[in-house]
Formats: sequence, structure tokens, C-alpha cells
Amino acid sequence: MVDTIEFVLNRKPVRLQVEKDRALLWVLRTDLGLTGTKFGCGTGACGTCTVIINQEAVRSCQIPMADVKSKEILTIEGLAMNGRLHPLQQAFVDNNALQCGFCTPGMILNAYSLLLKNSAPTEAEIIAGMEENLCRCGSHIRIVQAIQTAAKQMRG
Amino acid sequence: MKEIKMHNPESSVAEALSVDRRQFLKILGGGIIVYFAPGLPSYAPDTIAAGGPALPKDFNAFLSIAEDGRVSCFTGKVEMGQGIVVSLAQMLAEELDVPLGSVNMVMGDTDLCPWDAGTYGSMSVKYFGPPLRAAAAEARAVLIQLAGERLGVAPERLETKSGIVCEKQSPDKKVSYGELAKGKRIERQLPDKPSLKAISGFTISGKSPLRTDAVLKVTGTAKYAGDISLPGMLYARILRPPAHGAKLLEAETSAAEKIPGVQVVRERDLIAVLHSRPDEAENALKAIKAKFSRPETNLNDGNIFERLLAAAPAGKIVAEAGDISQGKGMASKVTQATYTQGYVAHAPMETHTAVAKMDDGKVTVWASTQQPFGAQKQVAEALSLPLQNVRIITPFLGGGFGGKNDNKQAVEAARLAKLTGKPVQVAWTRAEEFFYDTFQPAAVVKVESGLDASNKIVFWDYHVYFAGGDKAPSFYDIPHKKTTAYGSWSESRSSHPFGTGPWRGPNGNTNTFARESHMDELATKAGMDPLSFRLDHVQDKRLLRVLDSAAKAFGWSSAPSPSGKGRGMACGIYKGTCIAAMGEADVDKSSGRCQVKRLVCVQDVGQVVNPEGAKMQMEGCAMMGLGYALSEITRFRDGEILDLSFDTYQLPKFSWMPKIETVLIENPDVPPQEGGEPMITLMGALVANAIFGAIGVRFHELPMSPERVLKALNESRGKSGKG
Repeated sequence: MVDTIEFVLNRKPVRLQVEKDRALLWVLRTDLGLTGTKFGCGTGACGTCTVIINQEAVRSCQIPMADVKSKEILTIEGLAMNGRLHPLQQAFVDNNALQCGFCTPGMILNAYSLLLKNSAPTEAEIIAGMEENLCRCGSHIRIVQAIQTAAKQMRG
Repeated sequence: MKEIKMHNPESSVAEALSVDRRQFLKILGGGIIVYFAPGLPSYAPDTIAAGGPALPKDFNAFLSIAEDGRVSCFTGKVEMGQGIVVSLAQMLAEELDVPLGSVNMVMGDTDLCPWDAGTYGSMSVKYFGPPLRAAAAEARAVLIQLAGERLGVAPERLETKSGIVCEKQSPDKKVSYGELAKGKRIERQLPDKPSLKAISGFTISGKSPLRTDAVLKVTGTAKYAGDISLPGMLYARILRPPAHGAKLLEAETSAAEKIPGVQVVRERDLIAVLHSRPDEAENALKAIKAKFSRPETNLNDGNIFERLLAAAPAGKIVAEAGDISQGKGMASKVTQATYTQGYVAHAPMETHTAVAKMDDGKVTVWASTQQPFGAQKQVAEALSLPLQNVRIITPFLGGGFGGKNDNKQAVEAARLAKLTGKPVQVAWTRAEEFFYDTFQPAAVVKVESGLDASNKIVFWDYHVYFAGGDKAPSFYDIPHKKTTAYGSWSESRSSHPFGTGPWRGPNGNTNTFARESHMDELATKAGMDPLSFRLDHVQDKRLLRVLDSAAKAFGWSSAPSPSGKGRGMACGIYKGTCIAAMGEADVDKSSGRCQVKRLVCVQDVGQVVNPEGAKMQMEGCAMMGLGYALSEITRFRDGEILDLSFDTYQLPKFSWMPKIETVLIENPDVPPQEGGEPMITLMGALVANAIFGAIGVRFHELPMSPERVLKALNESRGKSGKG
């Protein structure tokens, strides 16, 4: 059923006429043209479609549009501000924490949510927090390093 | 002049609509172009002899220096994470003397790039590198000649620096490449005998600049095939059989047709539903009622090995030295063992995806493929079009690993674009990806070997079924050895119940698992430390150096296995690359779970173009290799694939991560060799040897999943009566 759904996307208000049961992932990728959020499995098992809703990392393939009403959504496109990379993005670049790059937006946003809750995570806490985001190229070690680097920098 | 850029969808889209292959040089405009033309003597006969991909057969450019000084590198290779977008640019920038940042990589575009067999086998730097360097050397020679005329200075008194030609003695007398290229139209062929820079003078090659694709990838702006969106584009979902070998009996599509905006297309084997939104197409597919016949093959992942052995083609002797029967006569201890590995999926994070657009009898396909020129041929055949009417553009790939060579999705998108007259995107679901994967084939290795009284291996009789023979022969110093191969992944596809093909380190993983496990078994039989035992059988100086370096970095102390410590090692010579790895693992005796705690990986890959890039490949190999060692196998029954999601097909996760130390052996005397695959081949045996070291149980089958480890532990407890 079509409904008017209002939410904030990357700090800007959005008002959409959209079916309430459509998955946020497809609305982002097709209706809104934000293709940085990737499709990896469609069942919430891989984490490539991770976005932030009200400061929480969620799998956008599992989120119906009805659930984003009045919420604040952050996608990878909204992370850099004023032409400057977010410290996590910069740390992924500096640590070569990516290869094919397909899991990267989801990795970065999952780490973003992790650091919101715990600004000084231990290595074990990073590993536990990132566990359900899959990377096939095997960049895991550098991803953990990048998150440590960013955490340190964000703490100042 | 028109810009040709990769990874800029707007410009790619615009280009696709207007570029004609024959207009290529026109589009490049003025400037300096170095190309390969037919009729030239073959540039690198070694490449062909080594089984490497052939060089372009048609007229096309390797590089251009535009009138604004911008340098473009054209390559049929694709970027799928392995980092050649950087390392090839480094090789070009080094030889041409331009800043790395001024090189624009144009990759995998069949209209613009020289023909290429495909991006696989870790061959890009090794085989594309030399002609690319030659092209750059030729361009630099042209620039020096032009500068000489412009500045009125003899060419031998000039030198190049960072995009500028200047007089050696008075560097203020200079002219930029862009100024030299302006208003010119110079075409040069690839020189037969290029004069290349000496490695000692390298300033860009051999360094580790940050990845040039990194910012695009961390901001979500990097474009993959599924990110291409064209006006009026439809998303397709295709009716699939429930099992390989199943035949469609009937399909009732009327309910799907009634959904607003849905278009149903049916042509021979292809039934597809299309909609302007992918999720609506998915809903429409669910509305189709289809009946299929179900094959009963009585074939499953449990009995596949005996079936394969029964169906194996005749063996071919791929390597032989001495005489096995004579060796048997010298042996005092004979060992026989059989090793198996099931079907392993590629499981790239990006599923097979393509977007196709048909216009005036010409089709353009943006495809996630490791073989753009292969896709071009397949699409041309499927649509009965001449080759030049098909253009394949390859955006970034979200992983390949050998799994994106067959281009089934590109053909599907092209057929649907033709049938609907609209641009069409085909993006496989995860289940389709697992179903239509071209798996690493299930394979069996049987080894019989013998030790003499002094614990030297005197014979090695090795039989490999379906894994292929080219990485099967043992490099160990053994007087009587023979390797017989029965089929291979490339020759024996029809023997398998579904698609098989190359998988990262093709032919290498099963063979290395067998060889290096067997070496440890012999070392145990000899009561020797696994490293000392290997050193007694290695002559190759590069491998000896790699082993020595690994032992030092790891702190390997001599002890026969099992020592209770969970140490394991493996080594290899993978074409031109020498590798060794040592590791330490814990086995949880209550869950059967094996945790590799530490790994040391050492590699001699010859010259290293990008050290950090090489290390990333080694780390990636180690992590990915833990998957096939510990969890990855595709289960099936009667053609039905049972593992269709990440819930049951388990990839390595963060918690699996060992401490990984990588060491690159400097070896400037050897040209760059393969680096993206060798290290993965060691992981199966290394883990098997480490598990044996920890709990004294030897595994002959991969993967060593917790269930299997637990079962083996219970069996050994039963045998030893300890409960």
C-alpha cells in the first residue's frame, strides 16, 4: 500500500510516496539513486547493505519503509562532510583496508555505529562488533587496524 | 576533446552511445598514442610459451598522452580488488616518467582496450606489465625526440622527469609532455626491443602508494555493474530450475502478467519478469507457477568422490623422473594415502550482475566479468551480432576469484535488452550465485610413497583426479617420481553434476593439500621435524631461502609432529613464485572448532611492483584459504544445491583472524611473478598439519569442519580407550 513517508536522509528531509512494505535497500538504490549501499544477500546475512538508522547499524534489506517513518538515516554517501572524509573513511584509505570495496560501505557504517557506543573498543570488541559483516577478499586485519586508527583519532 | 574515463558512469553512458570502435583514434584526438598492430613479430614469445595470455591480435592502444598531457592506460584487465588499478599504473608511470596521479586507467572496455584473454591466474603484472612498459618506453623516446626539436637540443642531452623533458645540464630548459603532445598526432607501434629503465633507478615501482580506488570505495561512489542506471531501465528476475538437470514442464505466468508494470518475457529456455523496480520484479517472479522434472542421479556430496573415480578419464603422465618400481625396491617404509576436497564456491560479495542496452543493432553491456572479451564473443553469438556491434564495459568488480569468467548474466541481460527493446539489469540473487557458480571441482589425490632406511623419500607415485596436473608434480628432490593426472578443471567439466571452473589458485589447492599433508605424514613416519624433513628434500635455492626466512620469522624449533603444540607448515613453488607458511592452531576439543592463532607467510615473487599490494594479496589468500580449510564445501543432492546462503555456507569471519605476519623476499633478479594466488594454496595442508600437531589426528579430507574434527576426536578416543 502506498503511503507518504517522511524521514531524514543524510541530514536532509525526504518525503516519499512509497509502498510501506518495500525494503529500504531498494528504495535507496533505485528510487533515490544512492547506490553506495550494496546488495549482497537480501537476507541480512552479509552486512553489505548496512546503513545507520537513529545511530544504530541496521541491514537495509530487512527494513520495510514503514519502519523508517520519522527516522534519521545515514548512508555511506552522507558520511563525508564539507568535502572531508570521515575519520573512519580516511583510516580505511590510509590502512588499505579494502580490496574489491564491495563490503566497504557496510563495514564503515557498522564500525561507525560501534564507535558511537564505545569510543575506545579493544581489539576483541572490534572483532565481536564486526563479526557479522562479511569480506571475501580477506581484508579483515586491515579493517580492524583502520577502526583502531579512526577510534584513536576521533577520541582526539 | 572528448574525455574517456573509467568509473564515471555518466561519461561511460554517454560514450557507449556514441563510440564506434573504428572511431577510436578519432576520439582520442591528437597527442601521442602507442599501439599494438597486427603483423608485428610476437613481442614476448616467453609469454606464449609459458601458456600466458596472447597479446592483442587487433589494432588497439596501450597508452595515450593527450594534448592536455593527461596519460591514459588502456588494458583489457579488470580491477576486482587485487589492486592492478594501482600496480599497472605504477609500471606505466615509472617507465614514462609521469606522476602516478596523472595516469588514468581505462580497464576492461572492449571498444577502447587491447584484446585480453582475461584477468585470472595472477598474470596481469607478469604478462601485461612487459608490453605496457615497452609502450611507455616508446612514448618516452618520442617525447624526447620531440623535445629535442622544440628546444634545439640533441636528444642525448635531454632527460625526463615527472611529465617534463629538460636539458640535463640546464634543467630550466624544459617542456612538458602536454605541450609536446599539443597539436600533434603521433602514432607509434609497440617496439620490438624497448629500451627500458634499470630497476635500480625506479622511484615509483617498488613503492606502496595508497590505492587510487580507495576514496571512491570508501565514499560509495565507486561504480559496480549494479550501480549503472539507464533511463527506462528494467530490472529482470529469471525463472530458475530447482536443481541442475531439472527440465521445465510448464509455467503459468498469467498472474505475474497482471501485476501493474510487469513485463513477462519468454524465449526458449528463458522466462523472465521485468519491472522498473527490482523488488517488484522479485514479487512477480513469485507469482509464476512452474513445474519442473526432477532428475534422480543419486549423486551427492558424500558419494561424489567414488563416482568421480569411477568416471575418471584416462590418466596422463604429466611429470616423471627415474623409475617407480626401482624406487619401490629401495623403500623400507611405504605410505599410501587418499586426499579429497569437495566443491568450493567463489562467493564474491557482489553477485553476477550486468546491464545491457540495445541501440541500432548494437549492444552495450556493463558486466561484472573477469573476461570482457570473452563476454563480447558470447553476447555476439547469443544475439547473432557481429563482434564489433558488441561493447563490454567493465566497472569495478566486487570480487572475482575465478568465478566471473562465464558471463551467463551478461548474455541474459543482452538477450532481455534485445527482447524488450529497453535497457535491462540482471543482478543475480545470492541463491542464484550459489546455484550457478562455477565451483572449484571436487577432486581426489592418491599418493603412494616410500622412505628408505635413512629417511629419504625414494619414490613418489602421485595420481590426481579432476584437480588438474599443472601444479601437481612434486618439486621435492626424489629420485623416482611420477605424476599422473586424470582430467582437470578445464577439461572435465562434463564429469561434474554442475558448473565447475577455475577458483583462486586453480589446480593448486587440492594438489598442495595432498602434497604438503603427505610430506608431514612422511616426516612423522621418519620421526623427524617437518621442516628438517623438507629441507632434506629441497634443492631450489629460492625456496630454501623462503623456508629459512619463514622459520626465523616464526621461531620454528625442531620437533617431530605431533608435538602437542598445534604447529603446522607448508611450502610450494607456484609457477615462478616461491612460498612458505607456518602457523599455530588450537583445537577446541568440546566443539571441534579449530582456531588458527598465528600465521607467518613468506613469498618470493621476484621484483615487487607494490609491496603493500603484494602483502594485501598474501593476507587475503591466508584469510580466504582458512575458509576452504575449515568450513567451505557445497553440499548437494540430485543436482539440487543445498547451500544457497551464507547461513549454511560459512565464509571466514573476523573472529577467525590469526595474527598474520607477511614477509616479502627481495629478489630484483627475477621479473615480477604471480602474487594474487600462491599463498592460498598452502592453507589446507598448513591447517591439517597444525591440527595433527595439536591433537594427533590426521585429516585427509577438506574442509576440516568442527563436525568432522569432533567426529574424528571421538573416534580416536574410542580407539585409545580413553573415552
